[in-house]
Amino acid sequence: VLIMILFQLPCKIKFDMNKFQICCVFLSRMAVDVGSSGDWDGRWSHVQKFLERSGPFTHPDFEASDETLQFLLETCKILVIGAGGLGCELLKNLALSGFRHIHVVDMDTIDVSNLNRQFLFRSKDVGRPKAEVAADFVNSRVPGCHVVPHFKKIQDFDESFYRQFHIIVCGLDSIIARRWMNGMLLSLLVYEDGVLDPSSIIPLIDGGTEGFKGNARVILPGMTACIDCTLELYPPQINFPMCTIASMPRLPEHCIEYVRILQWPKEKPFGGTYMLILSGARLLINNLLLFVWSLCPTTYGVALDGDNPEHIQWVFQNSLERAAEFSITGVTYRLTQGVVKRIIPAVAAYIPLNNYLVFNDVDGLYTYTFEAERKENCSACSQVPQKLQFPPSAKLQEVLEYLTENSSLQMKSPAITATLEGKNKTLYLQTVASIEERTRPNLCKTLKELGLADGQELAVADVTTPQTVLFKLNFTS
Amino acid sequence: IMADQKTNKEQRYDRQLRLWGDHGQEALENAHTCLLNATATGTEILKNLILPGIGAFTIVDGHRVTGEDVGNNFFLSSDSIGKNRAQAATEFLQELNSDVSGNFVEESPDKLLDNDPEFFHRFSLVIGVQLPESTCLRLGSVLWSAGVPFLVCRTYGLVGYMRLVVKEHTVVESHPDNALEDLRLDQPFTELKNHISTYDLDSMEKKHDLQVPKNYKEKEAFRQLIREGIRKNESGAPEEEENFDEAIKNVNTALNPTKISSAVDDIFNSEQCENITSQTAAFWLMARGVRDFVQNEGNGSLPVRGTIPDMIADSDKFISLQNVYREKALQDAAVVAKHIQSHLQAVGKVTYPFNAGGLPVSPLCKNAAFLRVVRCRSLAEEYSVDSFHKDTITSCMDSPDSEMVLYLMLRAVDRFYQQHSRYPGVYNYQVEEDISTLKLCVNSLLQEYSLNVNVKDDYVHEFCRYGAAEPHTVASFLGGAAAQEAIKLITHQFVPFNNTFIYNAMAQTSTTFQL
Repeated sequence: VLIMILFQLPCKIKFDMNKFQICCVFLSRMAVDVGSSGDWDGRWSHVQKFLERSGPFTHPDFEASDETLQFLLETCKILVIGAGGLGCELLKNLALSGFRHIHVVDMDTIDVSNLNRQFLFRSKDVGRPKAEVAADFVNSRVPGCHVVPHFKKIQDFDESFYRQFHIIVCGLDSIIARRWMNGMLLSLLVYEDGVLDPSSIIPLIDGGTEGFKGNARVILPGMTACIDCTLELYPPQINFPMCTIASMPRLPEHCIEYVRILQWPKEKPFGGTYMLILSGARLLINNLLLFVWSLCPTTYGVALDGDNPEHIQWVFQNSLERAAEFSITGVTYRLTQGVVKRIIPAVAAYIPLNNYLVFNDVDGLYTYTFEAERKENCSACSQVPQKLQFPPSAKLQEVLEYLTENSSLQMKSPAITATLEGKNKTLYLQTVASIEERTRPNLCKTLKELGLADGQELAVADVTTPQTVLFKLNFTS
Repeated sequence: IMADQKTNKEQRYDRQLRLWGDHGQEALENAHTCLLNATATGTEILKNLILPGIGAFTIVDGHRVTGEDVGNNFFLSSDSIGKNRAQAATEFLQELNSDVSGNFVEESPDKLLDNDPEFFHRFSLVIGVQLPESTCLRLGSVLWSAGVPFLVCRTYGLVGYMRLVVKEHTVVESHPDNALEDLRLDQPFTELKNHISTYDLDSMEKKHDLQVPKNYKEKEAFRQLIREGIRKNESGAPEEEENFDEAIKNVNTALNPTKISSAVDDIFNSEQCENITSQTAAFWLMARGVRDFVQNEGNGSLPVRGTIPDMIADSDKFISLQNVYREKALQDAAVVAKHIQSHLQAVGKVTYPFNAGGLPVSPLCKNAAFLRVVRCRSLAEEYSVDSFHKDTITSCMDSPDSEMVLYLMLRAVDRFYQQHSRYPGVYNYQVEEDISTLKLCVNSLLQEYSLNVNVKDDYVHEFCRYGAAEPHTVASFLGGAAAQEAIKLITHQFVPFNNTFIYNAMAQTSTTFQL
């Protein structure tokens, strides 16, 4: 797909290679260590057929030249996000396609369950940072390749880091992280007199898999559909209603969730402190109840660690007891672990477009490629001001629910601030316990009571975006 | 019940066990696959079989490693140059997983076919990569007679190709993506009827001759009936009742008529299902047992599946409803088992050496509606002027840019190779000249098969441009696709493709044809 981007470009966007190269040479201030690449005869012959020969199906702007391989080998800087299943495959494919200046970011360490597909890791590497082991392996297997590892979260870097790359490829395992990355690249775009400067675009190639299904997409921030434009395409996460878990379980999963969400924080089997905040939360309505509950295990008491076999064993035994009470069968250790860790089954066969490719090999093999369309009022990339329409009598709670439940926004834990009486006031924020406690009463107040006016701007921050989203509040009658 | 401390293998393979289960894993660990040609495509396929723990692999390759080989292959190094490719690749691949047994044979496939064709009989699956047409056809014929599945794979420039050649492949656990539930609401069995009658709901009016609502109008009327059942509050407005909402939402899918699919019907009507002998394979014995049930105790229906979807209800009511279906399923499975047993006795067998505990009747009955058989045509049939699929090719070529043109081009470059002992455009100076030569090959191919289709010159040019290159990215994609099909064949779970898959890496599209 990467080679397609640079040299064939299935989408209809012009990409000026010369200008791009000049910009890139200018940008890469760090001396690029070409050194003795140790190249041998014929090393790049497979790749060269595509870089040095013209063809009838290449992009009209493509020019066959032997400079392009040099560009890949010496200048092009590419960032791979995630060194897991997709990441390992990506690093190998890029290295063998001529890319030498590769950075890889991953905040995880290696687990034994990774070894069935993350082929750059071995048993002896368990516990070490993925990014570092992956980089070591590729650098040693592919002479001349220089992978730089970062054992960090993507949020640990700012614009200055991301700006140095020509292309970014994601093999992430969370939608939140994807959206954050998407937002970061959007924030790098430069507009001059309302016209997008193409040299500020960093293409984003994103992929994801689940079992025997996968998808890949090409995003040119500011030009083609972004992650948020197609948010509704992502399947909803399975979360069982609280009343089912608490009093009407029917499936073994319900029993396991009961132990994870309700019993663990109550009994603190491996130690911890218990806060009264839990009982207070029961007064509020259902879905907010769920949310506060889910905060507890991490904030108060020893958190349930899905990788700790003792913890899983405890949950398993208690789930069996819970299930026995209701004559429910089917609770197994494997299921328990799967539910606690939200495990998605996975295999080694990762498959690294119009711009959106879907892959499914449950029955035969099937791919479908289509052009995802930009959303006119996308909250991430459209620059169209986002609106919030509520009557003044609406409670802040309703605004919060809208931000989290609306399928185009799907925020996780939005923090809402507004300018009132010339000062920046936090209306509600949940990610810091003390502020959550202080601002919680605001949820029950009406927008009018909070002093908000028609046409007021509300700033919303959330893990799904590195930039604050501005909303305009319109009062309805 | 004490949970066992998970073994290291269980931990390592956890994510895949959730897809194909312990029995699938066992099948994989008992498999031995043969790879012909350790090119990038070949080693990528093997990597994806070694990581999940295939029992053993054997690489057959007579080539010596070149600089080009090392350039696109993760499982070779510059130190390998000049060495035998089978051996060099085996060492790197073996290192991926010590549970797997790796072997190599330094011999060209053609030589082996000359001297010892029975060498190939020992494998669960043979994977042929970048094979010239003549070798491919010879091997295809040997493996067809021996009943060994053959998977042909090829990366040619920006085109990927796979061809599955297996006479008959049976699948009990096909794991369909969107299966309808087996609720039997249109023909409730006795125990279900009795159970439902214990509920305190107004009985349905017999307005529609005991048929379930069939079309949109009837389904709407049915939904309305449900709506009317919702309790009303003091002011006459309907209460919010989640279970009624759920019922209304599910009218379309819950009321599907209970019937047997044509795929399953075809299985019942197959010759193997009809004539049971002492040689009959387990699958057909089991299918016959199910067929007997359908024709007798089942009154035209399959054994009850026994699972129901989660529904909004209190625990007791749900569990007791679930048990009604479960118990019926167990009963039906026992009847099926009896039928199978009587066939076994009739052919003089007491039990079937299938696995410990006999034939897996329970999974059989759970999956009765999803049984599948895949039969691929042989390569000989595909290539013969008398039996090739002219209509398929011609109708696909109505769209001149359909992946079918890539298939025709691959056939044409094979022709070129036969005539010139090389592929077109390998060296830069050859590209121009080879275009017209390749075009002649295309024309002679079309003429031989009397194919009145138009192959655009652009494709002839593009295939010369490729110079038979094997870019790693395309090899990697095909490696994933092929390995997954191999796993399906070995585990007999999920449904393999039938029988030709073409991947177009230019447009990122793909198609499957039956040739």
